[in-house]
Amino acid sequence: MISITINNKPIMVEEGTTILEAAKKLNILIPTLCHLNLHDINVNSETASCRVCMVENTKNGKLIPACATRVWEGLDVRTDTLKVIRTRRIMIELLLSDHPKDCLVCAKSGHCELQNLANENNIRSVRFNGKQHNCKIDDTSLSLVRDMNKCILCKRCETMCNDIQTVGVLTDVGRGFDTVVGTAFDHPMHETVCTFCGQCVSVCPTGALTEVDNTSQVWNALDSEKTVIVQVAPAVRVALGEEFGMEAGSIITGKMVSALKALGFDYVFDTNFAADVTVMEEASEFIDRFKNGGTLPILTSCCPSWIKFVEHNFGDLVDIPSSCKSPHEMFGALAKTYFAEKIGKNPKDIIVVSVMPCVAKKYESARPELSNQQIGTSDVDIVISTRELARMISEATLDFTSLPDSEFDRFMGQSTGAAAIFGATGGVAEASLRTAYDLITGESLQDVNFTPLRGFENIKEATVNINGTNINIAVASGLGNARKLLEMVRNGEKEYHLIEIMACPGGCIDGGGQPYIRGDIDILNKRMNAIYQIDSDKKIRKAHENPELQQLYKEFLGEPYYGQKAHDLLHTHFHARKKYDEA
Amino acid sequence: MLNIKSLKELQKTTYNDLVKTLSDNSNIGIKEDGSFYLKGDYYEKQTRIALRNCGIIRPHFIEDSIATKAYIALANLLENNIPPTKVVDDIIESGLRGRGGAGFSTGKKWAEALKHDDTQKYVVCNADEGDPGAFMDRSILEQDPHSVLEGMAICGYAIGATKGYIYVRAEYPIAVQNLEIAIKQAKEKGLLGENILGTDFTFDIELRLGAGAFVCGEATALIESIEGHRGMPRNKIYRTAHKGLFQKPTVLNNVETLANVHMIMLNGVDWFKSIGTEKSTGTKVFSVVGKVREAGLVEVPMGTPLSYIIYDISGGIKDDKALKAVQTGGPSGGCIPANLMDTTTVDFESLERIGSIMGSGGMVVMDEDDCMVDIARFFMDFTVEESCGKCTPCRIGNQRILEILNRITKGDGTMEDIRTLKDLSNVIIETSLCGLGKAAPNPVVSTLHYFENEYIEHIQNKRCPAGVCKNLLTYVVMDNCIGCGICKLNCPVNCIDGERKEKHFIHIDKCIKCGTCFDKCPKNAITMK
Amino acid sequence: MCNIKGGIDFSGLQQIIDKSDKKESSLIMILHETQNLYGYIPREAQGYIAQQLSIPASKVYGVVSFYSYFVDKPKGKYQVSVCMGTACYVKGAEDVLKRLEEELGIAFGETTEDLKFSIAQTRCLGDCSKAPVIMINDETYGMVTPDEVPLILNKYKEA
Repeated sequence: MISITINNKPIMVEEGTTILEAAKKLNILIPTLCHLNLHDINVNSETASCRVCMVENTKNGKLIPACATRVWEGLDVRTDTLKVIRTRRIMIELLLSDHPKDCLVCAKSGHCELQNLANENNIRSVRFNGKQHNCKIDDTSLSLVRDMNKCILCKRCETMCNDIQTVGVLTDVGRGFDTVVGTAFDHPMHETVCTFCGQCVSVCPTGALTEVDNTSQVWNALDSEKTVIVQVAPAVRVALGEEFGMEAGSIITGKMVSALKALGFDYVFDTNFAADVTVMEEASEFIDRFKNGGTLPILTSCCPSWIKFVEHNFGDLVDIPSSCKSPHEMFGALAKTYFAEKIGKNPKDIIVVSVMPCVAKKYESARPELSNQQIGTSDVDIVISTRELARMISEATLDFTSLPDSEFDRFMGQSTGAAAIFGATGGVAEASLRTAYDLITGESLQDVNFTPLRGFENIKEATVNINGTNINIAVASGLGNARKLLEMVRNGEKEYHLIEIMACPGGCIDGGGQPYIRGDIDILNKRMNAIYQIDSDKKIRKAHENPELQQLYKEFLGEPYYGQKAHDLLHTHFHARKKYDEA
Repeated sequence: MLNIKSLKELQKTTYNDLVKTLSDNSNIGIKEDGSFYLKGDYYEKQTRIALRNCGIIRPHFIEDSIATKAYIALANLLENNIPPTKVVDDIIESGLRGRGGAGFSTGKKWAEALKHDDTQKYVVCNADEGDPGAFMDRSILEQDPHSVLEGMAICGYAIGATKGYIYVRAEYPIAVQNLEIAIKQAKEKGLLGENILGTDFTFDIELRLGAGAFVCGEATALIESIEGHRGMPRNKIYRTAHKGLFQKPTVLNNVETLANVHMIMLNGVDWFKSIGTEKSTGTKVFSVVGKVREAGLVEVPMGTPLSYIIYDISGGIKDDKALKAVQTGGPSGGCIPANLMDTTTVDFESLERIGSIMGSGGMVVMDEDDCMVDIARFFMDFTVEESCGKCTPCRIGNQRILEILNRITKGDGTMEDIRTLKDLSNVIIETSLCGLGKAAPNPVVSTLHYFENEYIEHIQNKRCPAGVCKNLLTYVVMDNCIGCGICKLNCPVNCIDGERKEKHFIHIDKCIKCGTCFDKCPKNAITMK
Repeated sequence: MCNIKGGIDFSGLQQIIDKSDKKESSLIMILHETQNLYGYIPREAQGYIAQQLSIPASKVYGVVSFYSYFVDKPKGKYQVSVCMGTACYVKGAEDVLKRLEEELGIAFGETTEDLKFSIAQTRCLGDCSKAPVIMINDETYGMVTPDEVPLILNKYKEA
């Protein structure tokens, strides 16, 4: 242990602790900007480049960055001297001198760490002026908008893109004042190998990286003659409340349904229903491959970012992911067929809106394979993120916290605990096991909890014995972990039967479209606990036991996986894409 | 392949050959101890240790280097099985400090790298000499490459490294070529590579080329560059001697530092300590350029007065103009006014005391025709161009300083700007992530300190006393005007009036100060004020 | 073997890469040799190098954009570098540069239409005692006055 003093308060901390961490223990606030440390999911961006967190070493009057300086015995610092305050003020003013002043209409307004910092530090004028960045805004992709004029070069996005996700799209381009975070050959995002996981958006402190805003499209749909159906992904209901000041991990499913109805959606359905369908299809496909000597391991295909990653980086392995569409795409396909028949509507007069914790789903919904050729429309028409839904609710002046609880609509609204856990890493694998076990053995699994598959660990492994056969399962979240896992599989180092992968560290609860957690890992823990709470509160916890699902198969789909309708509507294919960006 | 014995024999024969070769050369003499020296006042007033062989030996002939005892210091270590700790202790004891800028104890770096046990350690030679107006390292690399190679090998022996890199500027093609030749020849002779001189000591050297980034002179940026990255300084958690290149213990020394190692090993610690001052031992090479009569490299003992370098060695100021200031330490250094020439000596402590630094040894001499605001602007322009862009103060702060200086030199400055320059400079110095940023405002701080009146003159009277800042000059027609009208005809904004054969005049408010009239006047009757 | 894409012949580049250790740490040395080969570093070559070294193309592009020595557009046959070191600057390098720009009709950083000349500013060339200095390819000219510029250029114009 090392003893140090901060603002005259002594404290003992472990070796390797930073001044920032030590100060936190003393409840001393040191403002930061570039710093990001999400230790539970192994994200640590420690560039120490913004120089906002400088504190004064009382021994020599020198300023040191609190975020990146490890304590040493006898260290004595102050965080509150005039020198520290004035220095920080100049640092913020310098950042603002190269930053647009359109905060009022910025997409990050109210969630911007630079805005907050300026506010908290009483910045009311900027004494510097001069050259500013003048970059073209890249809004070419369906998922992300990059406005590098708002970038403060904290490089959290680069840490995410390169170190955590190993996607390698973002880089510093140029040098000095003119440095920007860019792409290879300055290509727009949609031409790059970007997977649109949106983790860069999640960690961006300013409005430099934001999601493509589709809310006006939704308003227009609601204003049209068409029937507008909305579905909500499992991870949205444990995070949306945060946008209205509720405690992280609040389960607000009922209020959310009320809000969606109040916004004017004709039918409010649950992606969880489709998640149960996904389990049926994927488990059936797995059993088929398993019994008939098909390609193993089978990889989950719920995550569009992960799928694009495979297509770019493991072109030789594009036949191993499950052919299942992702749950919200399955939902869209069924809404425009099964449900359209139920309500006697022409599918062309139906608009399917997905509310997702994700920005990759925006890109995914435009994949040509994910449309119905006969109908001539996409399975899903519009995708909005959790954050966008919150903005719509706020626009409609709904007092979210006091809304009553409502139920999802019938036919595609019922779901099981198996579907609920799709929102957290390991959930899809666990859900599939619950069903696969019953389908293989013909018995009913008693303890449905596969706890080794839960939690934030990089790569989780478990072996489950079904009918005397060991099934090896691996789960990874974060594309860097996925890459490691797949390389081990490709090299033959590891043999698995089933692999679940989610692109975002921790799974969809930490998706690129979720409310910003701003470095607070506790929020993720609470969301995850809420996910498992929903599961354990459900009477039915196995997908195949979902009554509405059983009705769907009985009345409409027929046999899972093998049935023609299931094949046509619920399955798709993937194709290899370029591995490297080219000029 | 040589062994210790045959190297020593070869030294004797090659020495005799070299004496013969040089006997025709009237510029080179032989001292009592048998070493060679360059004749003439300019050289004889110097103490040439790092530059000992420059201008004397032929760099493409390893025999010339061996004649002057290259690799003998290394051979002695190997022959006598001198323990690495003894070598490190000697370097510490010699007081040798890094010649690249900061002046950190070379021996202490070595000691730390020796202390950290690892399967792989590295010796890196920083030959990324980037200070504008400085070419000390270039001369050593081009003319005496083996002195650097031997220095690195001795360092490798001392810390237990088997691999060295020389990071050299691509802008120095001859240095690169000579180093390549020298490495090849040393390997052929068994002086580098595996089993050096037949012993079990192995040390290999590879070249790595810089690519035009001044910041790569900073240790961690240089390491990043060798690793194949953008040369951006690391946020230092560990010393490079602990975790440096490829996260392995690494000693990073500059060219001139390494060139001294052989001499310390051969002549002893006491000899080296007898040169220079107590805290700054040995000599320092300066690249004396600008308005001196004789520009060139000057190596003098630490502690030599500036005036001795400028007047006694370099012949004073050109064209009998008045000395105004001397800028040491390149873009990271400061300007020293003329009145401090006698009292300022060139050693780490003295230069720092008056607001400059030793730096790598750049020394730009300026006379009355140099504008100190413009000089500060020139250096800021350099730093802004060379900033890697990582940290806020250097990336944006220095840009803002440059913009203010641009305004002042254009006559648009305010007195408030001076306050802002001072505040901003201090913050940048205190908060920048690396040495480049921390030192970037030094030229501004020192010129503001010693020449604030020049700034005020630019701001309040819109006048550049040295007549450098073009926007602040006024063109005036003098009495010897013959009224030919050529200036009037050529003025792009028609601001010259006058009857034929009568003296013309310039409407100053309309003049854009392009200088066309000045250039075109056949009688030189237009002057700048 | 024919190895051409986007008008760029990669055979020479392949040789450069093959004799390297194909590690990321060799990237900058490979880029130097690539520039020697083509006179600049074509973007197509950057992508090719990325593939061969198994690193993202963004990484190569980021590195090329960082170092001022690397150019990703073709340079003139004669590369005129004007030293902008301190010594040259105080001795009138700017006037020499201005004259060069006038004579060639291009600004620094540009290349003449006939691809014969391009002008670059360079950091100190280390020839300060001969300031101001310009360099045309590997040839150095010291103590250059603006009026000498046309004479020097003529040698290359005729060549």
